[in-house]
Amino acid sequence: MQANDPDILWVEEPKLGLAGKLYLPLIAQGLTTTTRHLFSKKITVSYPDTEPEIANPLIYRGVHRLNRDEQGRVKCVACFLCATACPAHCIDIIGTESPWPDREKYPESFTIDELRCIYCGMCEEACPVDAIELTSLYNLTGRTREEMVFDKEKLLSVHDQTIDKEPMRSQGGATSQGGFP
Amino acid sequence: MAIELPENVVVSKLDALGNWCRKNSLWPMPFATACCGIELMATGASRHDLARFGAEVFRFSPRQCDLMIVAGRVVMKMLPVLQRIWQQMLEPKWCISMGACASTGGVFDTYCVVQGIDRFIPVDMYVPGCPPRPEQLIQAIMDLQDKIQREGTINGKEFNMPQRQQRNRALLELPIIQHNGAGN
Repeated sequence: MQANDPDILWVEEPKLGLAGKLYLPLIAQGLTTTTRHLFSKKITVSYPDTEPEIANPLIYRGVHRLNRDEQGRVKCVACFLCATACPAHCIDIIGTESPWPDREKYPESFTIDELRCIYCGMCEEACPVDAIELTSLYNLTGRTREEMVFDKEKLLSVHDQTIDKEPMRSQGGATSQGGFP
Repeated sequence: MAIELPENVVVSKLDALGNWCRKNSLWPMPFATACCGIELMATGASRHDLARFGAEVFRFSPRQCDLMIVAGRVVMKMLPVLQRIWQQMLEPKWCISMGACASTGGVFDTYCVVQGIDRFIPVDMYVPGCPPRPEQLIQAIMDLQDKIQREGTINGKEFNMPQRQQRNRALLELPIIQHNGAGN
C-alpha cells in the first residue's frame, strides 16, 4: 500500500492543552482511583487465617475416607466397584475372606493414590454400602509420593477425624442389615 | 560463652538468616501447561494474593526464578523443555508439582504423558487435586517455606542427598542437543 493511498486515514496527534502539559489533573485522576481502591472492600482472602467457606461440606469432594460401621469395623465389602468406576485407576484393593459372619469379603488392603486421584466422586457414587466417601478436607499436600498413597488405616483415620463434622451420607447400608446381597 | 552485646544487635546463624531470606522471596517459574495453570493464575491474583508470602513475582525467565511450579500434564515432547528450564534455573531451586497430572500423570496413563515429573526432576512438594484449590497451592508454598527454614543450609548441603543426586544424574544423561555455533 502506497503512502498516498486515498484509503489511508492519517490521524494527527492531539495537541496537549495547559492542563495536559501540567500533568496535575492526570495525577489527581490517578490518585483518585488509588484512593478509591484504598477504601473499598478488601477482596483478598487471607487463607491460613481464614478458612474458605465450603457451601455444603456434604457434597464437597476432598480427601477420601473409609467409613466404619457401628462396631468400628471397616464398612467396605471389597466388591471392587469403586476401583472399576475410577477413571484414574487410583484405587487398589486386595480383598480376602471376611472374618465376620455378616459378609463374605473385606479389604485386606485398600490403598488410594491421592496424587493420581482426580476427586471426581465416582467411587462414592459406585459404592453400594456407602463405605467410601469424599470429605471436605481440601488442603492436602505432601512431600513424597509414598506418603500420598493412603492405606486403609490412614483412610479410616480420616473417617475418625471428620465423622463429627460430616455425618455419613446415608445411615445403614447393606452391611448393617446383614449381608451384602 | 558470654558476649556482651548492645541491645540493638541481633545474633543469628548464617544458615537461619539465609533460609529466612530464601523462603520469603520465592520467585516462581510458572510452568503451566494445562488447567492447573488457571488455578495458578488465580492464586497469584488479588483474591488469594501470593504476594502475602513473597512469591508473587512470576518470572518468565528461568534464570530469575528459584521455585518451579509445574502445573499441568507434561508430555514426552515437552519434557526436554521442562528439563532445560529446570537446568537453567539457578541454585538453590525448588519444585512444586501441582495437580494430579504433573505429580503422577493423573487420568492420562498413556505412553506419551510423563507419569510424574519426579521421574525426571526433583520435586519438593506435591499438591493433589484436579486442579487443586488456590488454598492448596498456598498451603504447599507455606510447607515449602517451612521445609526451607528447617532443612536449608547456606551452602546447599541439603541438595546433595543421594536421591537428589540420582535425579541430577538422570538430568545429565539427557541427550541435550549441542549447538556448535555453525547453525546446524
